Formats: sequence, structure tokens, C-alpha cells
Amino acid sequence: MATAPLTSAPPPGPRQGPTPLFGAYGIVKRFGSFTANDGVDLEIRAGEIHALLGENGAGKSTLMKILYGLLEPTEGVVTHKGDIVQLPNPEAARRLGIGMVFQHFSLCENLTVAENIALVMPRDLSGRALADRIAKLGIDYGLHLEPDRPVWSLSAGERQRIEIVRCLLQDPSLVILDEPTSVLTPGEAEVLFSVLERLRAEGRALLYISHRLDEVRRLCVRATILRGGKVVGACNPQEETARSLAAMMVGSAVRDVTGRAAGTVGPERLRLDRLSLPAPGLHATSLRDVSLAVSGGEILGIAGIAGNGQAELFAALSGETRAPDPDSVRIDGAAVGALGINARRRLGAAFVPEERNGHAAAPLMSLSENALLSRYPSAPLTRFGLIRLGAARDLARRVIEAFDVRKAGPDPAAGTLSGGNLQKFVVGREILAEPGVLVINQPTWGVDAAAAAHIRQAVIDLSARGAAILVISQDLDELFEIAGSIAVLHDGTLSTAVPSGETTREAIGLLMGGSGDASAEPHDASRTVAHAH
Amino acid sequence: MRLDLVPRTRRSPVLDILSPALAFVAAVLIGGLAVAGLGVSPGEAFVTYFVTPLSEIWSLQEIALKAAPLALIATGLAFCYRANLWNIGAEGQFVVGGLAGGWVGVATHGTGGFTLWILPAMLFAGTLAGAAYAMIPAVLKVRLGVSEILTSLMLVYVAQLLLDYMVRGPLRDPAGYNFPQSVGFDGAARLPYLMEGETLHAGVVIAFLAVVLATVVLARTLFGFEVRVVGASPRAARFAGFSDARLTLAVFAISGGAAGLAGIVEVAGKIGQLQPEISPGYGFTAIIVAFLGRLSPPGILIAALVIALTTIGGEGAQIDLKLPLDLTRAFQGLLLGLVLGADVFAGYHVRLVPGGPSGRAIS
Repeated sequence: MATAPLTSAPPPGPRQGPTPLFGAYGIVKRFGSFTANDGVDLEIRAGEIHALLGENGAGKSTLMKILYGLLEPTEGVVTHKGDIVQLPNPEAARRLGIGMVFQHFSLCENLTVAENIALVMPRDLSGRALADRIAKLGIDYGLHLEPDRPVWSLSAGERQRIEIVRCLLQDPSLVILDEPTSVLTPGEAEVLFSVLERLRAEGRALLYISHRLDEVRRLCVRATILRGGKVVGACNPQEETARSLAAMMVGSAVRDVTGRAAGTVGPERLRLDRLSLPAPGLHATSLRDVSLAVSGGEILGIAGIAGNGQAELFAALSGETRAPDPDSVRIDGAAVGALGINARRRLGAAFVPEERNGHAAAPLMSLSENALLSRYPSAPLTRFGLIRLGAARDLARRVIEAFDVRKAGPDPAAGTLSGGNLQKFVVGREILAEPGVLVINQPTWGVDAAAAAHIRQAVIDLSARGAAILVISQDLDELFEIAGSIAVLHDGTLSTAVPSGETTREAIGLLMGGSGDASAEPHDASRTVAHAH
Repeated sequence: MRLDLVPRTRRSPVLDILSPALAFVAAVLIGGLAVAGLGVSPGEAFVTYFVTPLSEIWSLQEIALKAAPLALIATGLAFCYRANLWNIGAEGQFVVGGLAGGWVGVATHGTGGFTLWILPAMLFAGTLAGAAYAMIPAVLKVRLGVSEILTSLMLVYVAQLLLDYMVRGPLRDPAGYNFPQSVGFDGAARLPYLMEGETLHAGVVIAFLAVVLATVVLARTLFGFEVRVVGASPRAARFAGFSDARLTLAVFAISGGAAGLAGIVEVAGKIGQLQPEISPGYGFTAIIVAFLGRLSPPGILIAALVIALTTIGGEGAQIDLKLPLDLTRAFQGLLLGLVLGADVFAGYHVRLVPGGPSGRAIS
């Protein structure tokens, strides 16, 4: 490995090199008894893209919010060009030239692009003058925006452009980007990267927070790595591999997922036949003629950008939405389109929705009650309508042991678990039922590398035992790692599944953007952007 | 300077018990100031309100008799409120229950021979009528999406006017000199007294059993689990295969049935006949009782006793100290506010933080 031993790596101290543009020294932030940042030092220089790496819960968001004035540190100081500054609120941060592009956009859906930008600008700048500046920025940076379009009609990439333009209009010297590519197609991400390069070349500093190690290796020459609220290392990502970076973040070597679904394929267990469903709401997606088939031992991956019908497809598969035609959904040959979720569970199906808190689990209820939540229809957890508390606790304990769920207390509320541990619990709860059909939406969204590997391995092992598995995911790396074949959901229609060994990320990326053909040769990614709306 | 609320990482069980007790003490202290402002000695008022009613047999019975309908109604309402459904019309369901059960009592007036079935039939009719009356807002909500808050509340006035019409018309005692009231029920149509020569009747036993049953149902049955999940995480409830519509009908039936039962218990117990007014607002006071008891049946039992105590004490204070009855109502409202406020302190640390107001977070 190219890195020095991590624990002895000296943190970037205040005496290294020239005076940094922004510095944070000895930052401690406590929430009650929980320490989110524990003596963090960070220096950001003008003209660099500085990566902030770490697992979920490592303290990246906390540090970022302190720099943007959303949180006040319990201890420690922030400096600007060597002077200690106070950042009691985001306005103070903006006055110092700090801008931020959030992971979750803060835009008003019903207002236009220009109105959304005017909302945060000083009052004297509005109307024509503002539209002109938006247009000029668009030309300068290749951030094309139509000022009069309402936001609800825009793609995620276009929405992010609004956030970036809002930030650039204030001429920031430091731009903080939180997981900026998590909602973008590969083509849209390329555009973002060229904008970031441009900003760096202008002498601005950028703090880049991402899970995607390949991006970090490509964009950044300096990285600070957080683990458990502390700085555990600093490195040049370009001298590292994705694997060695992940190892630094996790603190141990990442387990390889083995045995991608292949080999023996059993009988067909899950089938959709020309399933069409109207959109359940104003901004929801209708499903049109979706057909697919998954056999025992197979894993089918459904790629796609969020909001292209994933939630609607999941609900139609689980029975939370019933299909008008009973024959359009089949589990082990039985027509189940008209049946609810529990009837489908009794036929041997299991489901893991995308949202852990509030959908897959009730956050205020204990783990044993959450075990009951989806397993009472098929497991002997009740007798004459009475809950068998012992049996529910026993089931929860078996899930916790089999999936290495870390928790505080004997039977804590689900909401007190970290994201990764709750996801392991939810996935484990379903897999321990030994389902014949498993439908799982975003299995490792926002989950750290170690937990993600554990979940993927469990899914693969289940398929090796003869289950048919459908994985809906935005993470192409994940799909190429575990799925035997991949189809793309775009605007409520599903492409034909192709074996994952016979396609490329670029080809799938094109389909996700609404053009192309999965079996085609890789395209020049930057060229596809023009079509990818 | 500003105040920050920091969530406590773990709720302490001691604090959970202590917080309503401290809220009660605070309410007494503030109430004492108000009493002093009216020119009455706070010490004397305290004795009249909280000590005298507990020191005499007759007033202890009065407290139990007032607490019984409150506890019964509030226990039913807890099912609704736990599931995030808002039945505000328990007063109307109470009245309809009393009317339907009372009608059985009037119709069987003077029946000879075997009469043991009459009282159970009255209780059953009252419960069923209350549940059926609550089905109106429930079905309107499930079928048409009408706000149950408005419909259940408005049906209270319909029920009151219906009772008024019935006792002035069809159910009026023909030998009653045109007074708007029914015949007095026969002995077989009255709830039995628990002790010879006292006022305490079997209604308090019914209320107590209902509280015990509700405790078990909420904590230990799949149905109770369903009620709690629907209220806490509606999407998770649909994931568990629980049906919103079915649950809405079920909890309205339970709360309406409990209120109807309380209505006939009051009519067949204390009153003994039908008259234009059978409730001093039990159905509305029970909403306060339900929240004061934090929607848990044992807590509701305690809250019902406390509210009954202040009501009886307030009547005493009105007579002995010439304090207005409104003071009692103000005290009950104060108590609810303080208990809910104390809950915040049980769930959060409060800290004074130097510096300006927290950031107006626009981005």
C-alpha cells in the first residue's frame, strides 16, 4: 500500500506551508454525549480541490456545516487568511466568500429558475439584471439554464446547476460541494467536473465531499480522511487506488464480494407482463408496459436515475399499489396483481424499500417490534391475535447476530441505529425469512463500505440458494458487481435486460439519460450531454 | 443569548414519572397566585380544592363517579389519537349511547317476570349506538376524504338536539305533567350500587375493566401494534399490510362504543331516566383527560381522577370560598399546558447559548 501507517500520519498542522485560505483547527462538536467531530484540523488552499473523505457518520457533514455557519463548534476555531473568524450563521459565511452546494436541493418547485435565484440575492439585484447575469454565467461556465422554466419540470442535473449558479453569483472564494454527483447521470457528472476544474483554475478553493472514490482520485490532489470524528490521514488520492482509499476510510481492508450470480438458473419465479400504472401523484411517474422476468438463482439489476419510476415499480411489485390486471404480476406462476403485500409475502416474497426510516422500519419502535412489522404474516409471531413478545425478540436477536448490527442497549428504538446498521437489520430481517423472491430498492444507499459489502454478499448468497432477486439501484458499480443482467428504468419504461458482462457503464449511462442502446459501443461521454435531458 | 433545545439521548424513566408530578406542583403554585389575587388565602383554597374532597366518603364516591365516564371515554379516544385520527365528537356519541340505552329502559318500563336481561340489553344498545354514530364521520372520511374533525364535532349538536326532541316528544313520561323527561327506570334497568345506602354504582367497575382491557390490547395484541404503527409511521404501516380504511373504521367504532357505553352508564347509573341534558361536557373534558394521561390507559385513569378531584373541589370552593367555577376550568387548562410543557423538558436539555439568534438558514 502506498500510504504511511494511518494512525501515525501527522494531521495537517497549522505550521505547514503558506497561510491557507481557510483553516479549521481543533474542531470539536458534541451533540449531547455524542462527539461528531473530535479535534479535527483542516486546511484549504486557494486553487485546490480538496477532498473530504469518510464513511457515513464519520463527521463530514458536521464539519461542513460548521464551515458554512449552520452549526457552531463546541471547541476550536475557523480561520480566514490566518485570522480567526466567527461564523454564527450562513450569512456570515457568505460574507467571507464561502458558498455551498447541498446534496439535497433547497429549491421551490413551483417557482421558476430566476425566481429561485432571486430569493437568495440582495433585493437590489433582480429582474433583467439578474437574468443577464444568469445568462452570462451560463455562457462562461457551460451552465446552461432557462430562467423562465419552473423548477418542477427540471432534471436533477439542471436543478443542481441552479444551486451552483446561485452559489457563483456571490463570487465565492470557497465552494463546498456535498456529494454533488449522487443524483447525476454519468454525462451530467462530466459537465460538473469541467465546471469544477474551471473554478479551480480561477484560483477558487473547493471542498469536495463524495463517496465515489474514482471521482476523488480524478479531481483532487489533496484529501483529508475522517473516521469516527477524527482525522485519520491525509493523502494524494491520485497516488492511491480506490481500494486503498476505501481501506483508510473503513479502517480495515474491504471485503471482496464473491460469487456473482451465475451458474445454475432455476425456474422463473418473478414476472411482470406489460404492467402499466397511472402516476399516483402530480410529480410521480406512470409506469408504461413494464415487462421483466427473474428466475431462481438470478439477480436482475434495474438501473436508473431517481424519480424515473423506481418507487412506483417497487410499490407495484410489493403490492402496496395493486395492478389493474391480476395477471400482470406473477410470483412463482401465481397471478398476484390484485393481492396485497401480505398475500405476496405468504407466497414467499420479501421486500426491502428504499427508505429505511418510516417505510422499512418505524423509527420510534423497538427492533423487536420492527421485526414483527414485516414478518408477522409469515412467521409464528402471534397467537390468537396476541403478540408473542419472546418470539419477536428472538427473531430480532437472530437478525442482529447474523448481520452484525451494532446498537446501544438490548432492544433500542430503530431510529437510534446508524443508517448502515439499520439497513443491515432491515435487509437481514427479510433475508432470514429465506424468501423465494426478493425485491430490494437501493440496497446500500448512504451505507458505509463495510456494511454495503456485507449486504451485497448476503444478497448474492441468497440467490445462490435459488431465490430470484430484483435489485433497483442508482449505483452502477453496485449493479455491475452483483447483478447478472441489467435493465434501465427511464421515465416509467424499462429497457430490455442485457447480461452485465456484455454491456458497459457508458452504455447504461446513456440509457439512464434517455438515449442509446445498452449493447452499443461506449460513446464519448461528454458528447452525450446534449441529448441527455 | 438564546435558548437551545438539545434532545436527550435517552429518556429517563424517573423523569417521565416526575415531569407530570412537577407540572401539577407548578399548576398549584400558579393557581395559588390567582386565588391570592382574588383575595382568598391560597392555603385555605388548597385545602378546599385538594384535601376536603379526599377526606369524606361521599365526596370520594363523587370523584369516582365523575372519573368513570371520563376514563371510559378517554380510553376509547386514545385508540383514535394514537392512530392520528381525530374523533372530537365523543360528546355526541355519549349522548346517542345514553339515548339508545335509555330507550330500552323506557320501553321495558313496567315489564314483569324475568327482567335480568334488561340492563345488559341497555348497555349493549348504548355501546352499539355510540359506535354506529361514530361510523358516520369514519365512513365519510374513508369514502370521501371528509375531515373527521369537522363532521364528528358537528354531529355533537345533532345528537344533543335529537335527545332534546325525544324527551319532549316520543319518550316523554305521559304522567309527567309535561316536564321534558322520560319515566324513571325500573330497578332492573338501573346499575346496581356497590354498597348499601351509598351512591357508588357498578359503572366504576366497568370503567376500570375497560382501562385494563385497553392496556392489554394496546401493548400486547397485533391490533394494538397496528394502531401504534399507523400513528407513528403511516408508510411503515402500509408496508406491514395494515389497511388505513379498516383501521379508521375500527378505532372510530372503539371510541364511539366506549363513549356510548359511558353515556348509558351515566343514564342507567346516576340519572335513572332520560332528560334533555345528560352530560356536563364529559365528551369534551375526556379529550383533555386523554392527553393529560399521554394516551396511555393507566395514565388516563390517573388523569381522570385528578380532573374529577379538581371539579369536585371546585364545586366546594364555589360554595365555601365564593370562588368562580371558571377558576377550576382555568386550572384544568393550565394543568394540561404544563404537563405538555414538562414533557418537552423530559425529552430535551435546555441550554442558554451566548451569541445572536441561531442562523436564519437560507442557502
